[in-house]
Amino acid sequence: MSYQTIIEDDIDILVVGAGLGGTGAAFEARYWGQDKKIVIAEKANIMRSGAVAQGLYAINCYMGTRFGENNPEDHVRYARIDLMGMVREDLLFDMARHVDSAVHNFEEWGLPIMRNEKKGSFLREGRWQIMIHGESYKPIVAEAAKKSADKVFNRICVTHLLMDESKENRVAGAVGFNVRTGNYHVFKSKTVICGAGGASNIFKPRSVGEGAGRVWYAPWSSGSAYGLMIQAGAKMTQMENRIVLARFKDGYGPVGAYFLHLKTYTQNAYGEEYESKWFPELQKMVGKEYLDPEVSHRTHRPIPTCLRNHAIISEVNAGRGPIHMVTMEAFQDPHLEEIGWHNFLGMTVGQAVLWAATDVDPKYENPELTTSEPYVMGSHATGCGAWVSGPEDVSPPEYFWGYNRMTTVEGLFGAGDAAGGTPHAFSSGSFTEGRLAAKAACKYIDDGKAAGIRVSDAQINRRKEEIYKPLETYSVYKNEVVAGSVNPNFINPRQGLDRLQKLMDEYCGGFGVNYMTNDKLLNIGLKKMFILGQDLEKVAASDIHELLRAWELKHRFLTSESVFQHTLFRKETRWPGYYYRGDAMKLDDENWHVLTVSRRDPKTGEYTMEKAPLYHLVGDVEKAPPESHH
Amino acid sequence: MPTFVYMTRCDGCGECVDICPSDIMHIDKTLRRAYNIEPNMCWECYSCVKACPHHAIDVRGYADFAPLGHSVRVIRDEEKGTIAWRIKFRNGKKDMELLAPITTKPWGSATPDLAKVPAPSKEMRDSQLLFNEPKYIRMDDGGLHTLQSNGLEIKKGVQY
Repeated sequence: MSYQTIIEDDIDILVVGAGLGGTGAAFEARYWGQDKKIVIAEKANIMRSGAVAQGLYAINCYMGTRFGENNPEDHVRYARIDLMGMVREDLLFDMARHVDSAVHNFEEWGLPIMRNEKKGSFLREGRWQIMIHGESYKPIVAEAAKKSADKVFNRICVTHLLMDESKENRVAGAVGFNVRTGNYHVFKSKTVICGAGGASNIFKPRSVGEGAGRVWYAPWSSGSAYGLMIQAGAKMTQMENRIVLARFKDGYGPVGAYFLHLKTYTQNAYGEEYESKWFPELQKMVGKEYLDPEVSHRTHRPIPTCLRNHAIISEVNAGRGPIHMVTMEAFQDPHLEEIGWHNFLGMTVGQAVLWAATDVDPKYENPELTTSEPYVMGSHATGCGAWVSGPEDVSPPEYFWGYNRMTTVEGLFGAGDAAGGTPHAFSSGSFTEGRLAAKAACKYIDDGKAAGIRVSDAQINRRKEEIYKPLETYSVYKNEVVAGSVNPNFINPRQGLDRLQKLMDEYCGGFGVNYMTNDKLLNIGLKKMFILGQDLEKVAASDIHELLRAWELKHRFLTSESVFQHTLFRKETRWPGYYYRGDAMKLDDENWHVLTVSRRDPKTGEYTMEKAPLYHLVGDVEKAPPESHH
Repeated sequence: MPTFVYMTRCDGCGECVDICPSDIMHIDKTLRRAYNIEPNMCWECYSCVKACPHHAIDVRGYADFAPLGHSVRVIRDEEKGTIAWRIKFRNGKKDMELLAPITTKPWGSATPDLAKVPAPSKEMRDSQLLFNEPKYIRMDDGGLHTLQSNGLEIKKGVQY
C-alpha cells in the first residue's frame, strides 16, 4: 500500500470531531491547559462541519439567568417531562448552569443575537430559544477553536480509538485516514474528547433517489460518536430513545420559530383541530403524570413532543391527513413573513428551494407537515449516547466516577451527541459540554491518570490493515464484473447503507411500519444485522471517497445494532410517537422507570444490558414563570 | 441536488472541494472543473455555493419532489458582514430579496487567545467554574448555581 503513515505524538487532548461540542472542547482546553498540546481531527473542514455547518436561526438552549428568566432547575423539569422522565438530571443541571456563559461568549465573538428592544434581553421565541442571525455561527466558533488548538487536521476520517496496552480500558488516542491524500494518521494522545456526530440515515428516509440526502439531520452525521465509543467498549445509555421530528413536508424545514414566534398552529386536512381528541386514549397509555393537558395549560409544563407526534400519526392514519401548518394568518404581517423565510435561509435552505420550486407561498397557502424517519442523537430533543460521569457537586454516587463527562473508558470524554442522557443541549449546550469535558480532561492529566500509556506498533499496523481493507477487497475482485456495481464477492457502501436502512425501517420501527415493532421483529432484525455485519467485512471501496463512506457505514451499523439491543431490552412503549412496541403498548413505570445501559464487549461483540437508577434532583413543582417568557 | 456547476464560470480553484462538509464536491480530472460526485448525499447546505468566488455553483431542488424552474441564489460578503438572498418562484409570481447580518465584528478579531490570558488559580481549578465564569452567567453577585444554592436536594424514592 502506498499511503504514508503520519504519526502525531505527545498529544495531551485530542478532539475528535469539531462540531459545536468539539469546538467548545478545543477552546476551553487551552485555558485550563495552557502548556498542553491540543489537537483537532475533523472529518470535513472545521469552518463548515457538524450539524450547524449551514447555520442556525436560533440558539435553542439559553437560560437567561442574568435577565431573571430561568434557573437551571427549570430547564431540568422541562427536558425531563419532554423525555417522559428519562434523563440524567445531574448532567442537565450542570449543562444548564453553564450554558449562558457560552452564549455570552458567542455574542462577544461577533454572533448577531436579536434583542428585545423594550427589555434589553435577548429576543425569545418561546421559553428556551433565542433568535440569532446564525448563518456564520459555525465559522465564528471555529475561529475560537482554531486559535486555541496547536494543530487542526481537516479531512481526517477517524475510524477507531487507540487503546492503551499497559492498562486495560484506557484510551490512548485515535487513528484514521485523510480523505484527500489517503494517508494513514495516528494520533497518540493522553485523552480523547469525542465530539463526533449522531446518526442520520440509519433508518430509511422518506426521500428517495437523488433526494436521499434530504434528511432532517445532516447526512454527514454518520453515528461516529457512537461507532467509535461502542467499538472501544464504552457503556452506552438510552440508545432506544430515537427521535422522530414533525417538520414541513419534504424540505424538513424547522417548525420551532413558526410555532413559537410566528404563533402558527396546525390543523388536519379539513381545517379541524385534531390534537386534543387523541389525548384521552393516549393518557390511558402513558398515565396522567405524563399527559395532563389541563395542567399543561395552567403551567408551563409542556406536552411531551413525542405525544404530539402521536396525535399527528394517529390523525393521518385515520384518513384525515395531511396535517397543515396554518401560516396564512401570521404571514399577512410583512415582518413575520420575512422572519419565516429568514428562518429557513439561515438553517434549512432546502425548504426555501422547495417552496420556490412548488410555488407554495405560505402567505396564501398552508403548507403540509409530516413526521420524519427516526434519528439517533444526543444533543437535540433526545438523549442517546455514552454513559458519562457527572460533576462532583451534583451527581449521586452511581453517576460519578471522578471526571465530568468521562465515559466508562478512562481518558475518553464525550460532548454533544456523544454524551448520553442530556437532551435539549442543542448547539449551545453541546459547546458547553465540550468545555466541561475539556476542563475535566486537563485535571485527569494533571492528576497523573494518563501516566505510562503504551501503544505498540502491532496495534497501529493492525488498524491500518483493517482501515484499508475495503480498497484491497475492491482491487482483488473488481474484474469479476465489467463496469457494473453487481459483484458476487462484495457490496459497495451505498448498497450496504440501503440494506441497513431497509432493515432498520422494517424491523426497528421506521416510518414504513408506522414506527411499530415488537420482540419478534426485533429478534429477526438482529439476526439479519448479524449477517449484514459479516457482509460489511466484505464491503469494497473503489477510491478514498468510497472508503470514507465505507467507514461511515460501519459506524452507522454499530449505532444501529445498539439501537436494536436497547429497543429489545426496554419492554414498554415509553415514547409513543417516536416508536411503539406492539407487544408492550403501555408505559410501565413500575418496571421501567430506569435508564438503560449497554456495553458491547470489544473482543466478542456481545452485548450486556442493565438497568441504572434514575435519580430526580429537582422537585416537580413549577413556579409560574415571569411574564418575559410569553 | 443538489448542487451543480456552471462549467463556463468554474475555473477549478477548489474552494468548494475545500469546504463541502459531505466531501462530494470534487474536481473532474479531465475537464478540470468542479462537480458534485454524489448528489444523493447532498444536504443543499449551500456551503459550496457561498464559498465559490465565481458564483459558479447553484442548486436545483431534489428531483424526487421539486419541479424545475425555480432559483435560490446567495451572495455572502465577509467584508460587509452580510448575506444576501434572492428567491424566484417557479411561476414567476414571487421574486424576493432578503438581507441578513452574519457577524458584528471583523472576523476573528474578538475571539480571545486563551494561551495569553492570566492562568487560572488553583481555587478556580478546584471549583466548577469555566473560563469567564461566573461573570458571564449572571450579573448579580451570585456564584455558580448548585443544588444547595437553589434549594434543591436529591428527591427520595428513586426507582430501579
